[in-house]
Amino acid sequence: MKRAARAFAFFALLVLAWHAAAASGRWSPVLFPSPLDVADYLRSALRDGTLVDAAGVTLRRLLEGYIIGIVLGLPIGLFMTTSKFVEDTLGALALGLQTLPSVCWVPLALVWFGQSETAMLFVVVMGTMWSVAIATDAGTRNLPPIYARAARTLGSEGLHKWTHVILPASLPYLITGMKQGWAFAWRSLMAAEIFVTILSGFGLGHLLHYGRELNAMDQVIGIMLVIVVMGLAVDKILFAPWERFLHERWGTGLSRG
Amino acid sequence: MLMRIEHGKSLGAKLAIDGVSKWFRTSRTNVHALDNVSLTVEEGEFVCLVGPSGCGKSTLLDIVAGLTKPDKGCVLADGVPVEGPGRHRLVMFQEPALFPWLNVFGNVMFGLKLCPDLTGEERRAAAIEHLQLVGLEKFAKSYVHELSGGMKQRVALARSMAPDPRVLLMDEPMAALDALTREQLYADIQRISQQKRKTIILVTHNVREAVCLADRVVLLSARPGRLREQFEIPLPRPRDINSSEVAAHARTITAALKGYLTAEVAE
Repeated sequence: MKRAARAFAFFALLVLAWHAAAASGRWSPVLFPSPLDVADYLRSALRDGTLVDAAGVTLRRLLEGYIIGIVLGLPIGLFMTTSKFVEDTLGALALGLQTLPSVCWVPLALVWFGQSETAMLFVVVMGTMWSVAIATDAGTRNLPPIYARAARTLGSEGLHKWTHVILPASLPYLITGMKQGWAFAWRSLMAAEIFVTILSGFGLGHLLHYGRELNAMDQVIGIMLVIVVMGLAVDKILFAPWERFLHERWGTGLSRG
Repeated sequence: MLMRIEHGKSLGAKLAIDGVSKWFRTSRTNVHALDNVSLTVEEGEFVCLVGPSGCGKSTLLDIVAGLTKPDKGCVLADGVPVEGPGRHRLVMFQEPALFPWLNVFGNVMFGLKLCPDLTGEERRAAAIEHLQLVGLEKFAKSYVHELSGGMKQRVALARSMAPDPRVLLMDEPMAALDALTREQLYADIQRISQQKRKTIILVTHNVREAVCLADRVVLLSARPGRLREQFEIPLPRPRDINSSEVAAHARTITAALKGYLTAEVAE
């Protein structure tokens, strides 16, 4: 309770300071809108449906790209751990591509796929899968070998060993990988939406982009807030149950209470 | 002549280790871990391997388990050569090696589920029975991190006993426990091994522990591990690790162990 109050007080102060700065009149309200202007914009965007539509379009793209990225990235990461060949080939490629900021995929995607949903999907998948692969590999590489030894003597081999020992044992690392993948997918999609202008759907990134074109800073700041809040909310909804599950089974992170 | 007699004996034994040698080669060193070790273990016998640290006793246990291949010699379990690990020779490790994603019951069930000829009902019954044997039936639904070190090791004992292995191999399972917990585990192991008449090989560097548990204590020399001497322990059970009889036997064996050590250093 005390912590919640502390957080609330902090953010209230922040908004107040913002309001005071905007009200001081030192900056043009066009460049530096007050919190009330931003709230006004958000209210009207909510009422006429643009915000909900854009958020829906963005979430759909995000989920599509993210799921493909995970489906490709997790096995690559697992194979990197188990096979020297994959580690030396795909692994080296993954390590290289993971360092590439996802916005760098945009020019390539535009040339290959044009102003299309495919281009956007491509950017998100590329931004997600390599980081998921690297995080998964790093985790499973550190699996305590004792689990595999114990499982072998108990008669667990082949596919059974994978489904009943290696995968569950790597669960904490897989979730870390998926979380990292989520963060990367979110960043990639925003980059893609800002740079890829298409008619098949208006996402949050597009609202941001047109806010800039129209010099509507209340819109830009409002959408930025929405992006932050959505990122946080999805993180909580998607990952909090898994992390609770890990707390319960592995007993990790209990010291933080 | 002698060879034939020994061979005939090993055929009838539960477990026969026959001329096993092992080297560990890396790019820099070549460690001779075991040298021509032969040992037979009878059905229902409790054998303790004792030796200084680094004498290869854990390696020997790994070879019997099938987790490591010997460079020379072979291991016969019920007359059949050991080719790899399997559920007829279960291992209890120094760490409990329990699976954190399963609860206590699930851990005991893990091995049982890999026994093809049991029904679901029989598996559950065996799991509950063995949890009762180690006194942890109330903790069936607990997760591993909620247990103390001793409780974890008792769950590991239940897990390796439940699938009814032909041989139980223990690799210093008590080494990481405090003295009090250890004594309780000694009592548990004695009670269960008497009830179930299991063939057990225990590796330890604690001579008293060996005397307290074993029918026979086998002494290994420092690296390379060679079979030095064997001691029958005819004491009645259950034995108390603090009793004077156990202490007396332990003294004899410790003296022998020290004798070999000083002789080896002199060499």
